[in-house]
Amino acid sequence: MAVRRFTRSRWGDFINVAFLVAAGLFTMLPLIYAVCTSFKPLDELLIFPPRFFVRRPTIGNYMILPDLMSSLKVPLSRYIFNSLFISMVSTFFYIIIATMAAFVLSKGKFKGRNVLFWIVQFALMFNAYTLAIPRYLIFAKMNIIDTYWVEILPHLASTLGVFLAKQYIDGYIPNALLEAAKIDGASHYRVFWNIVMPVIKPAWLTLMLFAFRDIWAAVPNGTIFSEQLKTLPQIVTQITAGGTARAGSSMAVTVIMMIPPILVFLISQSNVVEAMASAGIKE
Amino acid sequence: MLGKNKTSVLQRDRKPAPEGSFIEQFPMFVMAAPFVIFFFIFTIVPIFSSIFFSLTSYDMISAPNFVGLENYRRLIANDPDFMVTVKNTFVFAVVAGPLGFLLAFMLAWLVNEFTPTIRAFLSFMFYAPSLVGNAYFIWQVAFSGDSYGYINSLLLSLGIITEPIVWLKNATFLMPIIIIVQLWQSMGVSFLANISGLQNVSRDMYEAGAIDGIRNRWQELRYITLPSMSTMLLFSAVMQIQSSFSVSAIAVTLAGYPSKSNAVDTIVSLMQDMATVRYELGYASAIAVVLFIMMVTTRLLVGKILSTVEK
Repeated sequence: MAVRRFTRSRWGDFINVAFLVAAGLFTMLPLIYAVCTSFKPLDELLIFPPRFFVRRPTIGNYMILPDLMSSLKVPLSRYIFNSLFISMVSTFFYIIIATMAAFVLSKGKFKGRNVLFWIVQFALMFNAYTLAIPRYLIFAKMNIIDTYWVEILPHLASTLGVFLAKQYIDGYIPNALLEAAKIDGASHYRVFWNIVMPVIKPAWLTLMLFAFRDIWAAVPNGTIFSEQLKTLPQIVTQITAGGTARAGSSMAVTVIMMIPPILVFLISQSNVVEAMASAGIKE
Repeated sequence: MLGKNKTSVLQRDRKPAPEGSFIEQFPMFVMAAPFVIFFFIFTIVPIFSSIFFSLTSYDMISAPNFVGLENYRRLIANDPDFMVTVKNTFVFAVVAGPLGFLLAFMLAWLVNEFTPTIRAFLSFMFYAPSLVGNAYFIWQVAFSGDSYGYINSLLLSLGIITEPIVWLKNATFLMPIIIIVQLWQSMGVSFLANISGLQNVSRDMYEAGAIDGIRNRWQELRYITLPSMSTMLLFSAVMQIQSSFSVSAIAVTLAGYPSKSNAVDTIVSLMQDMATVRYELGYASAIAVVLFIMMVTTRLLVGKILSTVEK
């Protein structure tokens, strides 16, 4: 698969690699810095001139986190559970709902399909901040403020998800494939589940990543008051607002918050590679 | 007579419903239903309420008071802050939007050349900033205004500057800095979409292309790669429009609001200030509607450009 193609010149390869290295440094340095700083002892945090890497790493910044959070009324594990529960449930339904709708918008044969897609696409352009206020009023009407529902339901109708999946189905599912399945007597549900979903696996794995990342970092504004329903990002801001002396701990929290999305990334991307490889065998 | 009718009904039942009929399409409606319902409740209704609020004076405490187009009149004729934010937002949209789009595609295209393992590693590197939520506050340390700041400390030790530069309080440097951090943060979504698009371009196409006389990577890009992933390019363009018109959190975190000489105050920052600090929700909604119109216009333009490029 990675066979060198003869359409490639050595010089071009060299320039490309140089460009990739520069871009990689740009994207990774701030994150490496966060990891390094989270292991710095206090004297290294305040040293002059500032040093990028850590010299005498310590896990002290991580160890004091429970103390910093000791004012909390419920155990830390409860926040972790809430975050994981909400992120995983929402991500699962987000993917199913978005891919089903995308399939319909791409391959359905009824009037109004294109109009619906235009609405979806333009809704993406409406700024989420202004939607927050009318949404709050709707939550209040539905009587779901301060429940798990308010942390899950709003994530389920993602225009981004539908748009991405629709573009993918448009591009990579030929109508001939669906015609053939129909002649074999497959229903629309079976076509979706047994033909479309496997082919668009790279798309929904990517969606899984987008959804998990967004939901994991989401801070519900003014809709959750009960301490036992709060998620990690809500308590993390208390620590990151701590000033220079807390710089180490605030980076430690940042690093901890990075871990679950990174794990989801690794799972989704290794499966994308696998999905591509198996598609290659079929060819 | 009656018997004849009966058999014809039965016969019709045995035949599959004609393509495109309501019965035949029914499963499609069932599958679209969950999305349509949630989308209607949590997006369409809020959008129309925002448009309604934009015609009122509303502070969330007393009931909205209808004022017609007064908010829009005030925006256009009477609000110098708004004009500044429009200008800044356009600079972001014109610079960061296309740059992000090109960078995301370039990186995906280059990364796609490697073996799956290296590709996964490189993808991680380029997507990581988008993975970590609000980690852009880390850039504060780099651009810190005293000699503790990494960039100042580096430039001082190289002898390029003699006094530390107060980067985030300097109207000349602010715009480029926020654009850089915005690119750092927002490029990932388009990048990954492009990666998954590129991986589905059939290998056969490249081989056939090579036989047909494609000689270098530019021709390959022009004649095979770009045409086969036009749908993903549109997605990526739309995402870049959306994110570059919505720059706000990064600018407010790094430069504050209002920023030095209003250098990086954006429409969304102004809108949030109106809504959450001054409780002028009617006015904030009018700003949202104007922003929406600007984005839709840009979206239509970009769609035109992309479809002519395709031809």
